[in-house]
Amino acid sequence: MKKRSTFLLSVLVFGFAFLYVPILSLIFYSFNSSRLATIWGGFSVKWYGELFQNDLIINAALLSFRIAAVSATFSVILGVLAGLALSRFGRFRGRLAFTGMITAPLVMPEVITGLSLLLLFVSMEDLVGWPNGRGVTTITIAHITFSMAYVAIIVQSALSGMEENLEEAAMDLGGKPLRVLWDITLPLLMPAMIAGWLLSFTMSLDDLVIASFVSGPGSSTLPMVIFSKVKLGVTPDINALATLIILAVALGVICAGLIMRHQARQKYRL
Amino acid sequence: MTEFKKPIVGDRPAFDAEAEPFIDIQGVGKKFGVFTAIDDISLKIYKGELFSLLGGSGCGKTTLLRILAGFEKPSKGRVIIDGTDVTDMPPYERPVNMMFQSYALFPHMTVEKNVAYGLHRDGVSKVETRERVADMLALVEMSDFAKRKPNQLSGGQKQRVALARSLVKRPKVLLLDEPLGALDKRLREHTQFELMNIQDKLGITFVVVTHDQEEAMTLSSRIAVMDKGNVIQVGTPSDIYESPETKFTAEFIGSINMFDCHVKESGRDHLVAHCGALAQDFYLDRGVAVKEARQLWLAVRPEKIQISRQSTVENGVNELPAFIHDIAYMGTHTIYRIRLANGQILQATTPNLRRSSEGERNLTWEDAVFVSWEPSSMVVLMK
Repeated sequence: MKKRSTFLLSVLVFGFAFLYVPILSLIFYSFNSSRLATIWGGFSVKWYGELFQNDLIINAALLSFRIAAVSATFSVILGVLAGLALSRFGRFRGRLAFTGMITAPLVMPEVITGLSLLLLFVSMEDLVGWPNGRGVTTITIAHITFSMAYVAIIVQSALSGMEENLEEAAMDLGGKPLRVLWDITLPLLMPAMIAGWLLSFTMSLDDLVIASFVSGPGSSTLPMVIFSKVKLGVTPDINALATLIILAVALGVICAGLIMRHQARQKYRL
Repeated sequence: MTEFKKPIVGDRPAFDAEAEPFIDIQGVGKKFGVFTAIDDISLKIYKGELFSLLGGSGCGKTTLLRILAGFEKPSKGRVIIDGTDVTDMPPYERPVNMMFQSYALFPHMTVEKNVAYGLHRDGVSKVETRERVADMLALVEMSDFAKRKPNQLSGGQKQRVALARSLVKRPKVLLLDEPLGALDKRLREHTQFELMNIQDKLGITFVVVTHDQEEAMTLSSRIAVMDKGNVIQVGTPSDIYESPETKFTAEFIGSINMFDCHVKESGRDHLVAHCGALAQDFYLDRGVAVKEARQLWLAVRPEKIQISRQSTVENGVNELPAFIHDIAYMGTHTIYRIRLANGQILQATTPNLRRSSEGERNLTWEDAVFVSWEPSSMVVLMK
């Protein structure tokens, strides 16, 4: 076997370290019994216990998950429609403007998106009386607005990669357009839809800036709570929470990997 | 005898001259923006035919097929299938099915479900669907693969499934886009005959798009040769091969040798043309309606040319002295490239009727020979 170059090896080690050391140190310190986050005071799991006593964090986490799930679901529905319009309707009036608006949230700084949504909600409340104040609803709508753009892009690229003739073949065999959408297009878009949902979910869970703009009293999401706590000094129960989230994500990724490997095996088995 | 009038070929099938056209394409044209895909095409296709649209890429053949299927609306003209004007009918209402070049099998459905899809859409009962799908899969010899997914099949197997799927609804017309294009040579030959058998068995009218002249020749009852959005010539394979009407058709189908001539003598039952470059007269034993001094091409197919060491023809009619320029031994036949006095290269093929024995002296490079052909073997192509 060829001897591996030390340069390549050190680059590899550095790369892995760059990615994983922060996460590992976070997990490590979540088992720290000391109240000071950076000083090791012996092994303990007490912060996990304390985490579950902390209603503020638990409620914020539950709220965040709920908002993430709802906004991801709606983002997928709207994003699929937008993606279909972009890649299947050919040319229509205002297509260019539509493409621009769909991709705008991808390049728009979050502050701008947040501010413009806040202004929209405030003026809508003045004009039509809805939304009544700001809270969970406005955060969800705001998250749908920017996640939908990502879903639309994913769906559009999946559609352009799909074999063109499949939909025509279904139509040729007697499928009316809606039927073809249901029988052929949507099943084949399933991976893109799942990817879009997961991405939207993650981004919603992650968002601090936009949520800060459009949230109201009593509707603090997890990132907002953590951020406000960090300002007063990091407490180890946040480390514990982060460790649990990392664990959940890792499990999800491993499951997805196993499923994909299983499918790939089935595909190439003759 | 009306020698001057060409027999009408290519407008009616030989087997049923009384038939009404089954597919009537009336002055169809299609433009995409400024690009003209189809200029102006009128064609009559009869019931039970295996009709080929033959042409190079960009000649409009696929667009015409897509117009028949209903995926494209013609910019002008009408399409009538079995007496019904289908020009404005969407694809899912047409009594037509298509087999795509890429097969377009639904990757998320099993072979069985793929074939059953069309029947489900028509609301055929479960029992009947199962029966018809099984019959179709048996016809294409794919019964053992019913539970497989398309990506577990080979190219040839996919093609059979695609064929079964497009036949199961018993369409009035089956459209095939390059049906043999993706198969290797051995499989092509096999499938070619199988397609003809199936067509024979079911009596469905087939319209095939192909760029492969060999495929068109073996498959078709009639061929329409297309170029630049127009039909150049319609006829049976032998019409197209033996009596091409234009230089394009002659050169597109098979190989042909051309002589640039002018008419020296035009009679009722013969034609003499002079080829200036060779200083040679050619004699044709049938009359052609042309005036004297008219420029034209005389053409002769390679297999019509005889090669001999000695002059064999009296008075040297249609005989030229030449040299063997190149030889390609093909097993069943040999292709000779023959150099004429003016440097023009002729192609001639001779069947290898006997095994070459050692005593026999074969023709070899730079041998002096005579090439000749029958006065009836030549084709006149107008300039």
